[in-house]
Amino acid sequence: MTWDIVIGIETHVQLTTKTKIFSGASTEFGLPANENACLVSLAYPGTLPVLNKEAVMKAIKFGLAVDAQIAEYSVFARKNYFYPDLPKGYQISQFELPVVNHGHLEINNEGVNKKIRILRAHLEEDAGKSVHGIMDNKTGIDLNRAGTPLLEIVTEPDMSSAKEAIAYAKKLHNLVQWIGICDGNMQEGSFRCDVNVSVKPRGSDKLGTRREIKNLNSFRYMEQAINYEVSWQIEQIEDGHDIIQSTVLFNPDSGETKAMRSKEEANDYRYFPDPDLLPLKISQKDIDLIRDSLGELPEECLKKLTVDFKLNEADASIIVSDKKTYEFYQSLVASGLDAKITANWIVGNLFAKLNDHELSIDDCPIAQEQFILLIKRIMDQTISNNAGKKIFDLLWEDPDKNVDTLIDTLGLKQVSDVSAILPMIDEIIQNNPEMVEQFKSGKDKAFNALVGQVMKISKGKANPGQVSELLKEKLTKS
Amino acid sequence: MKDLSLNELNQGLKNKDFSSVELTQYYLNQIKDLNTEINAFITIDEEKSIQQAQQADQLISQNHISELTGIPIAQKDIFCASSWKTTCGSKMLDNFYAPYDSMVVDLFNKCGAINLGKTNMDEFAMGSSNETSYFGAVKNPWNIDFVPGGSSGGSAAAVASGMAPAATATDTGGSIRQPASLCNLTGLKPTYGLVSRFGMIAFASSLDQAGPMAKTAEDCALMLNVMADFDERDSTSIKRDKENYTQSLNASLQGKTIGIPKEFFNDELNDDVKIILEKVMQAYQSLGVNIKEISLPNSQLSIPVYYVIAPAEASSNLSRYDGVKFGYRASNYKDLEEMYLKTREEGFGDEVKRRILVGTYVLSAGYYDAYYLKAQKIRRLIADDFTKAFTECDLILAPSSPSTAFKIGDKTEDPVAMYMQDMYTISTNLAGLPAISAPAGFINKMPIGFQLIGNYFEEAKILNFTHQYQSISDWHKYSPGGVL
Amino acid sequence: MALTDKDIKKLSHLAKINISSDDEMIVLKKLDGIMKLIDTMQKIDTTDVQPMSHALDIYQTLRDDVVTEKNQKEKFLQLGPESNEDYFIVPRVVE
Repeated sequence: MTWDIVIGIETHVQLTTKTKIFSGASTEFGLPANENACLVSLAYPGTLPVLNKEAVMKAIKFGLAVDAQIAEYSVFARKNYFYPDLPKGYQISQFELPVVNHGHLEINNEGVNKKIRILRAHLEEDAGKSVHGIMDNKTGIDLNRAGTPLLEIVTEPDMSSAKEAIAYAKKLHNLVQWIGICDGNMQEGSFRCDVNVSVKPRGSDKLGTRREIKNLNSFRYMEQAINYEVSWQIEQIEDGHDIIQSTVLFNPDSGETKAMRSKEEANDYRYFPDPDLLPLKISQKDIDLIRDSLGELPEECLKKLTVDFKLNEADASIIVSDKKTYEFYQSLVASGLDAKITANWIVGNLFAKLNDHELSIDDCPIAQEQFILLIKRIMDQTISNNAGKKIFDLLWEDPDKNVDTLIDTLGLKQVSDVSAILPMIDEIIQNNPEMVEQFKSGKDKAFNALVGQVMKISKGKANPGQVSELLKEKLTKS
Repeated sequence: MKDLSLNELNQGLKNKDFSSVELTQYYLNQIKDLNTEINAFITIDEEKSIQQAQQADQLISQNHISELTGIPIAQKDIFCASSWKTTCGSKMLDNFYAPYDSMVVDLFNKCGAINLGKTNMDEFAMGSSNETSYFGAVKNPWNIDFVPGGSSGGSAAAVASGMAPAATATDTGGSIRQPASLCNLTGLKPTYGLVSRFGMIAFASSLDQAGPMAKTAEDCALMLNVMADFDERDSTSIKRDKENYTQSLNASLQGKTIGIPKEFFNDELNDDVKIILEKVMQAYQSLGVNIKEISLPNSQLSIPVYYVIAPAEASSNLSRYDGVKFGYRASNYKDLEEMYLKTREEGFGDEVKRRILVGTYVLSAGYYDAYYLKAQKIRRLIADDFTKAFTECDLILAPSSPSTAFKIGDKTEDPVAMYMQDMYTISTNLAGLPAISAPAGFINKMPIGFQLIGNYFEEAKILNFTHQYQSISDWHKYSPGGVL
Repeated sequence: MALTDKDIKKLSHLAKINISSDDEMIVLKKLDGIMKLIDTMQKIDTTDVQPMSHALDIYQTLRDDVVTEKNQKEKFLQLGPESNEDYFIVPRVVE
């Protein structure tokens, strides 16, 4: 039997606010335990929540970015359960009336576009952390994170492979950083995915029972976890077992998913509207203000790159995969550089190098004006593309170097002078009669070989475009 | 000093007839004499109170004196007061020293009033007799075999017995008005949102409201002038211009209308109470007020609705008492689950546990619509009844309590009978309306009050009507031990 | 509908309040009485009535995103039933 895979994703996005969602305590990450645990974070008797404006703005911003409906009224509810890192014994979260409804995100998986529907996005507070292993048989409770604002983004079960799930997660990860609502730091837990996976016989209308893989904080683990989970579920069903709805954890060491110890009873969260908070009303005026501040979204930028700048989809996608890269690219093109050459250089060279060194564009050692100069010198044919790469490597090693000085000292200036190139062409034609014959009998390979020979005797300095032009002229004439 | 009003105490301090330290010491001595028997206070801290009085005297000597500067006020032990033990009447918080001030305490501190001590109360304000307190029942100063009412029984007994000139209290379903009625005091529950709930330990958040308890409407007005203030730390606090509640106390009532809800004045109402309330009506008529029958058709449902909503909110509000961050933790447990189970079993009293269980039940899967949602809908109907009624009258007159105080122990075994104590007060909490209870007379030497309910933010009108009644009646001047 | 001892066990579990087997019947009886009182509201037709969560029709105010709280870790940890210099301590949490 063949199987359909059905995947839905819930993502917890930590919003980049200075303070917690319901109190004026700092959200700074990485402080010693409990330094950000204020009266409200600790649920002291008599304390009350007051909603952070910035968290609301950021939720609206997200809603607009995924073309969703922003609810005029939304309501905060209490989700009741006991856990030591949940100080109030309930989590404040939007339940029946979330702030964002019905948006979508378009993903591209191996060249195929697909619309992933976003069911809802709601504001809620994060829990604290339980720290194990500090004492035998004891757990330490750190409430620094308690009350950090989260936007939980829930998709419809629209993804049908691990690859699509990753494409969605990456796209979302890019978007939330692009619009400035999340720092995207997955190691610090700023972006965490719960993935719901089920399988059903191909074409069946009936969804299978799902299992939820909790707290995936790397795309690699997500892919491994989904693949493992899918084959496990298929195996179970094929062996005649039912899938039991459950929450599972992924163990990166074993590469396996495993159901969490099942509670004696199903959770009964007893949601009800939080009487300490009033309905949140969002006016059209607020929405318009936020819309004005939204700026260009990745989707629009992608269109601009492929339509206006004529970049291919792959290069364009890489450039918009991150707002800083896009802005960097934009500023380069604005300084007069050729759109395509610049794209090739960013995607082919700069990115390769950054990835090798696990650096982000912010950490690029090469100064922007030197990078611009380098591409300019290629555009005006002072140097060849290959010479450019050599210079790029040297600049990477020593950012204090200057492109023009390097061209001079290394003698990389390419020969574009017809009078200098023609004698070399003549020499090669004379010395390689067989290749010339082969070319004339229709073998294009031979032509490339001849160009290569000319480049070789020019010690790489001849302008390859010009060599090929002149050579063709010569060969077709004679 | 015993029978002086807040205004007279203010005059005395201004004229240097006595100092704040002398005044505070006088009340502290009263407490020493009487509290062992009455049990109105959970915590007294002479040193702190006297220190505050010294600071007040400094202010007064520099002529920085406002209406309550230097006057000792008893604080219900539901209000967090920095470095004071704040128990909410529970073993759960037996050793809890609040690390911060509630808005109410802060406002009194800021105007130079003295925190005289923390008054006893039903545990987490759940009760109508002050018998659910972990710190023991409070006795009614009019007869110590009787309850003072609850949950603000400590505040009521403290003022009625002369241990404090006035006190703060809170009212979720009648907890200011019912004890005021049973102890011959004037107690006002303001409009929901008028007084900040910040630092007031929550029972049922959408119903809880703090207010004053004193001997007269005038004293309540002075207290409310301090307590009513917008607080951005409470999302349900209402931003509006400050009112001076003493300003219109003497306004004429000529031509005004009091509505009498026929549903409250039916055969179920105790005959003696009915007679007393009819006398109140006559007094108002003598002041030129028209009496008009009105209808609150859904008011009968207040008790069932309240006993869904209040326990539901309480079950969630009280989840924070889990033995992790503060308060009581059981001493013997084998794991986390048992720590929770035992901490909450041992830390809460029976009534609190009952309400948490009821609240848990009405919110649980499969029951939410039938109970919680249903109750929220009837709550709307109850509120709508009032809106309609106030198109026909200025204020509504109602009983405060179904009877005078009952004997300690009489209703402890029957929670439902106890819940009936609040049958006339609960509907205003559900609607969020302001209401007062003021002395109306005595039945078998025990006091009973009448209730006036107003439209939203009509505290000034309520106080005006009450003050006018008190200017032609003497009931509020009686104190325990006097001749009846 | 009448409560059962099974309901009491479930409520005890959800509310994390231990109820000893001696008390179970007493609790059941009292809760049942309260539920009977509550059930008197079922007779009212509430079709098309909007539920009321708050007394006043007002909306949530928003707070500016400004840090107002300072570190009081030491004080708060001391108020905890069990703590060390960094954490509130509880029996081991099993996932």
